[in-house]
Amino acid sequence: MAKQIVGPEIERLVQLLAKLPGLGPRSARKAALALIKKREDLLVPLNAAMTTAIERIVICGLCGNVDTMAPCAVCRDEARDPSVLIVVEDVGDLWALERAGVMKARYHVLGGHISPLDGVGPDALNIPSLIERAGDEAIKEVILALNATVEGQSTAHYLTELLVDKSVTVTRLAQGVPIGGELDYLDEGTLAAAIKSRKQV
Amino acid sequence: MHWSDEAIIVGVRPHGETAAIAEVFSSNHGRWLGLVHGGRSRRSRPVLQIGNVVDVSWKGRLPEHLGTMTVELRRGYAGEAMSEPKTLTALTSMCALLHLVAEREPHPNLYEVTQFVLGFLDAPDVWPALIVRWELSLLDELGFGLDLSECAATGSNDQLIYVSPKSGRAVSASAGEPYKDRLLDLPSFLNRSQRGAVMGDDLMRGFELTGHFLQTRVLGPRERKMPTARERLITLLKRVSEA
Repeated sequence: MAKQIVGPEIERLVQLLAKLPGLGPRSARKAALALIKKREDLLVPLNAAMTTAIERIVICGLCGNVDTMAPCAVCRDEARDPSVLIVVEDVGDLWALERAGVMKARYHVLGGHISPLDGVGPDALNIPSLIERAGDEAIKEVILALNATVEGQSTAHYLTELLVDKSVTVTRLAQGVPIGGELDYLDEGTLAAAIKSRKQV
Repeated sequence: MHWSDEAIIVGVRPHGETAAIAEVFSSNHGRWLGLVHGGRSRRSRPVLQIGNVVDVSWKGRLPEHLGTMTVELRRGYAGEAMSEPKTLTALTSMCALLHLVAEREPHPNLYEVTQFVLGFLDAPDVWPALIVRWELSLLDELGFGLDLSECAATGSNDQLIYVSPKSGRAVSASAGEPYKDRLLDLPSFLNRSQRGAVMGDDLMRGFELTGHFLQTRVLGPRERKMPTARERLITLLKRVSEA
């Protein structure tokens, strides 16, 4: 039996840190040790930040984003184009698009994708509020920024059908050669999509 | 233990942060699961999409272990089908139904038929009828094959227009007349004596036929529901035939 070299409190801290993405038991031990060593500079502020986060983080009732206020900062931002609604699967996708900073639009987070193999149907997603939002006269375009996976595209097709009666233009992200991508290293599916979506120059 | 084979990916689920558990339907080893190291990487994700045909190598210390898998893309059907809703739904439905096959039980004939149907997914006039035939093959492989060659009552093979929902055998027009309300329709494209173009109603009757036996013989006893992808496929095809 392995000898316990730290108290149960520290062991618990290591166990919890090891559950975070990107951290295994070894890196969790390193992180725990760094927190303990920098108790005043890291551990105490982290504790305070996490306590505040627990108390204040809410899901935006309008778009499904996470923030400390509802409606969220994205929904409250009046500088955004009110005529474009970008539909994403998860908050992480919203953050990715915001990092890219290519479009100042409003978002709608579905909270996942339809996956018949995993038993995830449309009822499990934030779809009714999307349909309601798309019915708003101010919305002119709905961009389906969903993953280029079988599940993501199945969800996109399903949403396209639901939005067909609304007076909005439904678009989806292009698929093809990524920036810096070499054709020789691309998979067949991506190449096929790139050829299908070719543009006149 | 080690084997290499050609296979169709029928399911993928993430395992940890970087790996994935892939479920394949292989030519000589049947439905098989295995851990794919780096299965969630940017390079592996396009390959690990359901419906893709891959070369698989499986390795495990003991046969009963989950083992590890390496996959190499042979034909990316998922990418090809993605822009077309009906084709994508058909692909998903087939993969969902392939989960009904017992694990690690080889079905080389079904694999061959599946490959054949996948090869026609770019022909929208052809594949819907092929899917019905494929479902018949699936039923056959699962031990519930239908006998559509001759009338269950008279033994003749003329005017076969019904199927008995109990025996799964064809019934001729004359023998089935008194019981026609209780019999299932046999669409003409499944009848060997009548070959012709597959029309909308005929196609729906085909799906009704296979759907009935899938539900009563396979899904019902296992307390499982019909895959939603199949139901959606029928809705989409119905819409086309009504238009």
